[in-house]
Amino acid sequence: MRIRKSESGSAASAALLALLQVIMVVVTVYIFAAKLYSPPAPITDIGRAVDEQYSLTLWVTAVVFVLSQLGLAYAVWRFRDHGQRAHFSRGNNTMEFIWTTATIILFLGLGILGRRAWAEVRFTPPAADAVKVEVTENQFVFNFRYPGPDGKFGRLDPKQISASTGNPLGIDSNDPAGKDDIVVPTLTVPVNRQVELHVTSQDVIHNIFVRELRLQQDAVPGLVVPIHFTAEKIGQYEIVCTQLCGLGHSRMHSYLNVVSDADYEAFLKSGGQ
Amino acid sequence: MSSHAHGAHAAHAMEAPTGFIRKYIFSVDHKVIGIQYFLLALTAVLVGIVLSVLMRLHLVWPNMHLPFVPGGLMTQEQYLSLVTMHGTIMVFFVLTTAPQGGFGNYFLPIQIGAPDMAFPRLNMLSFWVTFLAFIAILAAFVVPGGAPISGWTGYTPLSGLGEVTGPGEGWGQTMWIISISLFCLASLLGALNFIATLIDMRAPGMSLFRMPLTCWGWFVTAILGLLAFGVLLAGGILLLLDRSAGTSFFIPAGLVVNDQIQNHSGGSPLLWQHLFWFFGHPEVYIAILPGMGVASHVLSTFARKPVFGYRAMAMAMCAIGFLGFMVWGHHMFVSGMSPYSGFAFSVLTMSIGVPSAIKTFNWLGTLWGGKIQFTTPMLFAIGFVSLFVSGGLSGLFLAQPAVDNLLHATYYVVAHFHLVMGVAAIFGIFAATYFWFPKMFGRMMNEPLGKVHFWFTFIGAYCIFMPMHWVGIAGGIRRYADASAVAYLQPLQPVHQFMSIAAFITAAAQILFLINFFWSLKSGPKASKNPWNATTLEWITDSPPPHDNFGGHFPSVYRGPYDFSVPGVKEDFVPQNLTPQEVARETE
Repeated sequence: MRIRKSESGSAASAALLALLQVIMVVVTVYIFAAKLYSPPAPITDIGRAVDEQYSLTLWVTAVVFVLSQLGLAYAVWRFRDHGQRAHFSRGNNTMEFIWTTATIILFLGLGILGRRAWAEVRFTPPAADAVKVEVTENQFVFNFRYPGPDGKFGRLDPKQISASTGNPLGIDSNDPAGKDDIVVPTLTVPVNRQVELHVTSQDVIHNIFVRELRLQQDAVPGLVVPIHFTAEKIGQYEIVCTQLCGLGHSRMHSYLNVVSDADYEAFLKSGGQ
Repeated sequence: MSSHAHGAHAAHAMEAPTGFIRKYIFSVDHKVIGIQYFLLALTAVLVGIVLSVLMRLHLVWPNMHLPFVPGGLMTQEQYLSLVTMHGTIMVFFVLTTAPQGGFGNYFLPIQIGAPDMAFPRLNMLSFWVTFLAFIAILAAFVVPGGAPISGWTGYTPLSGLGEVTGPGEGWGQTMWIISISLFCLASLLGALNFIATLIDMRAPGMSLFRMPLTCWGWFVTAILGLLAFGVLLAGGILLLLDRSAGTSFFIPAGLVVNDQIQNHSGGSPLLWQHLFWFFGHPEVYIAILPGMGVASHVLSTFARKPVFGYRAMAMAMCAIGFLGFMVWGHHMFVSGMSPYSGFAFSVLTMSIGVPSAIKTFNWLGTLWGGKIQFTTPMLFAIGFVSLFVSGGLSGLFLAQPAVDNLLHATYYVVAHFHLVMGVAAIFGIFAATYFWFPKMFGRMMNEPLGKVHFWFTFIGAYCIFMPMHWVGIAGGIRRYADASAVAYLQPLQPVHQFMSIAAFITAAAQILFLINFFWSLKSGPKASKNPWNATTLEWITDSPPPHDNFGGHFPSVYRGPYDFSVPGVKEDFVPQNLTPQEVARETE
């Protein structure tokens, strides 16, 4: 009696579940493969390396995803209860060995290959002649400081910080090196030249993220973290904060302007206008 | 071992309480405490779902007047407090509480043939401290300033400086820390109890490798809990001191908030992140390991086949637990941590994919050649495997720091952890509920209603969380109350609308579960001792089990936990307590 009852329900459930699995796999693979949603093209070498590693990972995971999800769909349909007796098996050591070895090679290999792009971003020191910009974030703005014509950043004094009087970074008024420092709310950099950012925060943890650079870095109070990149395409790109920093988090926004050398010189000459 | 168990039984039987309060409220019976944990988690998950529905409403219709929201229109800080409270309530009070505190408490002693937990009073204390922690987190909604806005991760200095950093960061954040610390304390005590019970109170013949995989799941989870919760407890106490006693464990010198210098110096914001994630990553496995155990258990039962590669499955859980403690840094690739340790954490994280893959292949192997009965618990167990694969594979992207530079803090991460530790773990909980309800309450749940609940939830989960990956890849940033400031987020709004509608339908479908649960409690058909023809010890006793679990007849164990369809035996299942002679009598 009981067996008959479970038999009658099993075909419909098996068919529906297998079908849903197949639909889920087809839709997912299509949307990833057709790149219906993707970030804009990268504008740096590093960005392209990140994209290559992303694609490689997508291939590996796609194979595992499709095989295991369709395998599940097949098993659900093929081995539904239609009155048979289950095939008795406690396992198979050869198969355990094969799939353990295969995943070790696949996953660890992927991880080790991924080192290249990461090393390019974070292991290599910046060039000596890189354009240096200090990024200082606070609730809920970005401040970018350029050293000005003297090439020196002025000393900072937290006691002199006053956003309302136009000194959001607290540049020490007694330090002559600070007189010509440029502090602006958007980041302007020359094209095809390496830029070194020194990222920090005055209050809570923030972040600086530009999709086109494939680069993000938390801005941590008490730490100055250097990152560098070389943008190869003139244009304007959005800068966002991705680290939850308080009630204005989603309005914390700025722009990266990648400009020609001539425009960059003009930008510096005009004091950041 | 056996004399120990029987001695404990004698004491336990004498204690069988009669008064309402000793029997149902301050009970020391692990079964009552298990149900208490379950009901606490059920309450918490309803709160958590309401919060997520409010968030999804705000994300797509920001100008809508909402219920439960003071002022009607949701502000940015209210949205962030929902983010914080949803995460905290779901991770701690649902995903940690139901699988381990609930089902672990109820079934671990029965499955190993014990009369109760090793320390019944400690067990009661664990539950009531967890209950206090839940009251404390709910209180955060109503204290002055409202609930905290720093996320379930509570990163300092946002969480460490008080209300100067934002609304909810005063009393609300303090209640959050108190709640989490109490929860850690309770879970520590619970973990001790689980480990002692499993080591000391197994029935004669119940060797470690004859334990059901559920017990392996609870065992490894308890070890993780023992090692992880203490670290967060310490972190919580230090954070509380930073906020109230003027210390600076997590706060560096020279902070300026609103033009005002903060009187702190010498601390490190990254220290909090290390402490938090040293707990936080094992916590992910605390949430999912019991679900893995349940999935194996249920798949084997309804495929009428032994678990494929039982030892590999048990060892894979141990490997996941072990590696789980060495990967916390993958949450911190862009935090300013050394890039060299970033690479080390990356390789360790990739390696945790290996035992996860072993589990997946063995689940498929368990189904392969089976005689699959599509009961509701079986559907949820198969759904668990599907969601675990889908959610787990996206982890291979996030484990690589270079790729994380693109995906960190986007909805891709939200999609990943919701599938793999949220929805998959919830499917584990549902599978456990539908599977063990007859044993716990002596009545069957309604199968057709259960199946409708499954179809809605399975389809709904994919409709919510698969598109979320696409939003993330395109750069959609998590924890944003408002997408209007960023131009490139605008084209993603239609996807958000689709996810929101899917979320509303899926949330509404959970009412089917509630109806089924409470209707069946009262009016479900009576359950026999072993309605699923299963093999483990919980099925040889009454439904529900008597006060000492086995009515004085404590079992001995003669075989492994999953002897289904053994060749030559007439029935397609052999309970663990059947002697070889009894089996021989049944042989065809």
